Amino acid sequence: MLAAQGLACLRGDRLLFKNVSFDLQSGGLLYVLGENGSGKSSLLRMLCGLLTPEDGAVLWQGNKIKQAAESYLSNLTYLGHLNGLKDDLSALENLQTNARLAGNNVSDASALAALTAIGIARCAHLPARVLSQGQKRRVALAGLWLAKTKLWILDEPFAALDVASVEVLATRISEHLAHGGMAILTTHQDVAVNAQSTQTLRLSK
Amino acid sequence: MNSAWLTVLKRDLLQAYRRRSDVATTLFFFVIVSSLFPLGIGSDSAILSKIAPGVLWVAALLAGMISLSRLFATDFADGTLEQMLLSPQPLFLLVTAKILAHWLVCGLPVVLLAPVIGLQYALPNNAILILVISLLLGTPALSLIGAIGAALTLGARGSGLLVALLVLPLYIPVLIFGALAVSASQSGMSPQAHLSLLGAISLLAVVLAPLATAAALRISIE
Repeated sequence: MLAAQGLACLRGDRLLFKNVSFDLQSGGLLYVLGENGSGKSSLLRMLCGLLTPEDGAVLWQGNKIKQAAESYLSNLTYLGHLNGLKDDLSALENLQTNARLAGNNVSDASALAALTAIGIARCAHLPARVLSQGQKRRVALAGLWLAKTKLWILDEPFAALDVASVEVLATRISEHLAHGGMAILTTHQDVAVNAQSTQTLRLSK
Repeated sequence: MNSAWLTVLKRDLLQAYRRRSDVATTLFFFVIVSSLFPLGIGSDSAILSKIAPGVLWVAALLAGMISLSRLFATDFADGTLEQMLLSPQPLFLLVTAKILAHWLVCGLPVVLLAPVIGLQYALPNNAILILVISLLLGTPALSLIGAIGAALTLGARGSGLLVALLVLPLYIPVLIFGALAVSASQSGMSPQAHLSLLGAISLLAVVLAPLATAAALRISIE
């Protein structure tokens, strides 16, 4: 469903990677590996359409993502290095705002249930400004419990999480894959995510 | 109404409400800048009412501009801008919600304060009325045109000053017609032509500025 064909990425005058191709089908998991600065995050941003590839194309159900933007974006959840939280809004408000922005109208109860699932329900009414780095990350990740999208692109989702949360998140991703979803992850940690098919993409300099 | 659009509008207004000090800064800037002129020039009401239209319009223009660099910068820094770009809703639509919020928070209060400031300049009542109408018609254009500049300078170093250099020249037509409308009413002529042109600029900006802003945001975020 999601395919990359010969992607190349140029930042400044440095070629980060070229000839990156893969084909991800329903239920598939793709790990993007590589050292710091090898272009993992750039690749993920490229797959979302935030970055224009220097060469090659990203295809969603056979169409270029620019052409199929609406259907692609309504099936996509992206979480980058930035959490996408507003400091002045509470965890609950942030979660609901982000879900609504993605076209998903969630009630207070289901947003609270998502926060409970990742174990930060007690911070629900605190402004994001007072939360720790790990807590902010969990608020952002709580969106995954609300998401009805097929494709999840997550940049280092396990970073800054404690051991218990890593496990909860890995279970959630496995569950998503078992229901025919797709996920693309970068991670430096060894986390067990179950998938029908797992691919690994190594970016090297 | 589109729910993602309303969400963005509500979020920005809620945020402005929780950061009232930022809004107050803009308004105090407007009040102080426009109060400096009567203090510096003296209390000759003939001179004051002559310079009032231009001075008040320049003050309104600068007040709207100092808050511009914040329009997208915080969204860019905390990642909410990325999420807006990845929303299935067209970006230009969400951008209009942000611009509307900016105008409601920074433009409308200036319009409402203007009559009070006008009194300092010994403006007659009908000129004050025209001043308010001209600001009401013109300030939306300031927010709209300003948004293009804010989007273009996103992520650039010293973007605050850069926005000013980029946007102020584009504000000139709004300034000219806005100030002329008030001057015309002071000298007993009809301000209607100037007001119509001001409205036309705002309407044109409503149509074009969100598209240009959306395109600029896509470039800036790469």
